[in-house]
Amino acid sequence: MPATDIAIVGFAQTKSERAATPSEVQLLVPTVTAAIARAGIDRREIGFTCAGSCDYLTGGPFAFVSNLEAAGAWPPISESHVEADGAWAMYEAWMRLQEGDIDIALAFGSGKSSPSNPSEVWAQQLDPYYLAPLGLDPVSLAGIQARALLDSGKATERDFASVVARSRRQAAGNPNAQLADASASEDALLAEPYFRAPLRKHDCPPISDGTVAVVMARGDTARRLCDRPAWIRGMDHRVEAHQPGVRDITSSSSTALAARKAGYDGGPLDLVELCSTFSPQELILLESLGLSSAAASGSLSVNPSGGPLAGNPIMAVGLIRIIEAAARIIDGSANRALAHATSGPLLQQNLVCLLEGE
Amino acid sequence: MSNEKCAIIGVGQTHFKKRRDDVSIAGLLREAIDRALDDAELSIRDIDAVVIGKAPDAFEGIVMPEIFLADAVGATNKPLLRVHTAGSVGGSTCVVGAHHVITGIHGTVLAVAWEKQSEGNAQWGLAGGRSGGIGAGGAFAPWMRAYIEQSGSPDYIGWMVAVKDRRNAAKNPYAHLKMPDITLETVRDSPMLWDPIRFQESCPSSDGACAVILTNEAGAQRSSKPAAWFHGLSVKSELSNFPGRNPVKPQAGVECAHDVYRQAGITDPRSQIDMAELYVPFSWYEPMWLEGHDIAGPGEGWKMVDDGTTDLGGDFPVNPSGGVLSTNAIGASGMVRFAEAALQVRGLAGEHQVEGARTALAQAYGGAANYFAMGVLRSSAPE
Repeated sequence: MPATDIAIVGFAQTKSERAATPSEVQLLVPTVTAAIARAGIDRREIGFTCAGSCDYLTGGPFAFVSNLEAAGAWPPISESHVEADGAWAMYEAWMRLQEGDIDIALAFGSGKSSPSNPSEVWAQQLDPYYLAPLGLDPVSLAGIQARALLDSGKATERDFASVVARSRRQAAGNPNAQLADASASEDALLAEPYFRAPLRKHDCPPISDGTVAVVMARGDTARRLCDRPAWIRGMDHRVEAHQPGVRDITSSSSTALAARKAGYDGGPLDLVELCSTFSPQELILLESLGLSSAAASGSLSVNPSGGPLAGNPIMAVGLIRIIEAAARIIDGSANRALAHATSGPLLQQNLVCLLEGE
Repeated sequence: MSNEKCAIIGVGQTHFKKRRDDVSIAGLLREAIDRALDDAELSIRDIDAVVIGKAPDAFEGIVMPEIFLADAVGATNKPLLRVHTAGSVGGSTCVVGAHHVITGIHGTVLAVAWEKQSEGNAQWGLAGGRSGGIGAGGAFAPWMRAYIEQSGSPDYIGWMVAVKDRRNAAKNPYAHLKMPDITLETVRDSPMLWDPIRFQESCPSSDGACAVILTNEAGAQRSSKPAAWFHGLSVKSELSNFPGRNPVKPQAGVECAHDVYRQAGITDPRSQIDMAELYVPFSWYEPMWLEGHDIAGPGEGWKMVDDGTTDLGGDFPVNPSGGVLSTNAIGASGMVRFAEAALQVRGLAGEHQVEGARTALAQAYGGAANYFAMGVLRSSAPE
């Protein structure tokens, strides 16, 4: 992994909403515009653009083509699209920037889950021969994972509630959050009924619509555009085998591997933004990253934005983790942060981005 | 930092057919991947990262199918990146794979693109998932008519392209439609689908996959076979529909071509490029792209077809593989252009080899002709 001098200099996101009235591209246009404005650049200075979205959420093949409007593709631009969370679009744009012929790149992610039934859509992501016919939806799968975690003795239901209570409280300070509660308590949460045992409804993410955009720049351009850029020290993503039955679903080996490949050496972090879509996954990810004790001691801030439990616009939610971490470096409240995005059932694929101030 | 050189050292294709009921989706991909690894004299353990491309997921009815294919494509514990840029996706996937190598992030990368169209209804998918759609042919037909009108081309030019490509396909063991005996009359007398496109001037719907192995200079030196070196690569997109757009010669296509020519030091593409694999799903797109990428001047593209210049034995062969007109597993089609261009400059194209091909142009387009991915490949490494 070569060292890079690429930083985040601008970003924007929409507030997560259960059902946003505007179309996906209508949500995207102001987000992209705001990210570009925040970076203080002219749109024409962008040398490469990459978008991330999922046709199936909109329910129409080629749905992503409409999003080109948000990229402002006239005159023609160098542009690509990943069928993945915007975090992977950012990865491609970050990679493209390393060639040195361009100085600024834009990435964005967008998704509206509200027009469809996410449980039906994501059940179609599973192996079509062996798993999809079972009709396993993400919540049922997460229930299996939660049960495995409890059975392993690594966590208790109170630990799950603790993750949620902290998410709700921290989300109270996040204007983009969908679910927040400054007075959330573990005891009140544990009094709720099971939804998919051992998960309660609050252990699961909300259904959200939302968009996110990020502007990256190289070296001196980044320093010129931003007083305190969030430097991307490393970025990597890894995938595991698909079948949950052949994985240890109580840990995330691909997250640990991606973190190592991204250059994370186990040193101190100020904060971590994890794409823990279900509460037990936060515990799994922290342990896999070797951060459980730092999180427990309070020396590490975990999901200060509230995380995906506070707002889960699929295809944007991973990139939102990265910009939430970057925002705290840019504003000076943090100096070293790790952000994470995920894809596939039960943390099958994971991306890690290591960010630092200068 | 200095960039790495990037070469294609392995190419693998499935046999393309209307239905590949003999294999699962995973089996289809492995057929192409295993051939590419054999060609590169490597095993899956030598691959550092996998880039995968296909057109809309609705074609097969699986959301982000690379997720379930992760093991089958050998991506376990590696990076797996899914590209989707409409019909150009196979080309874009190859370009994204090359960037992995050029940046030095990874040494050897597998890029694979596929479609198993028999799993679903491609015409429904191409109509954006709406019933009663006009299909891809219906969308492109008015622009082909406009080309004919503007260029003064005779009507038989489209038939000639179809005859050439189907006869070329008969020399390509992996092609879907092989018609060694097709004549102008066969094409002329076939039913009109979308005026000016007749049945025999339209691409088929195929199942298949294509894989390439991309590597750096050190990787290329380890192989005993010739490599195809990237001298230029580019992707360009423009909005699909707005007043003032020229859909017959889209500006993104012009700029994408000029970008790769500039990178490769090409000032006269017609004389400095030996052959081209262009994305021609409907016959008229051959002269349209010859002009659209400034290989021929305005109104001159059809004359290169008419005088046999684009024939396999001509001075500027186009689609010696038989092209998209003969084989169209949509997600794979763009990558097949790059793979076939690589085979040509490596001198490994077999019966459809262009004599002395040293510089090849690969092109893929998609959407409403608003997505482009192009590459220039040569038999020798860049300076």
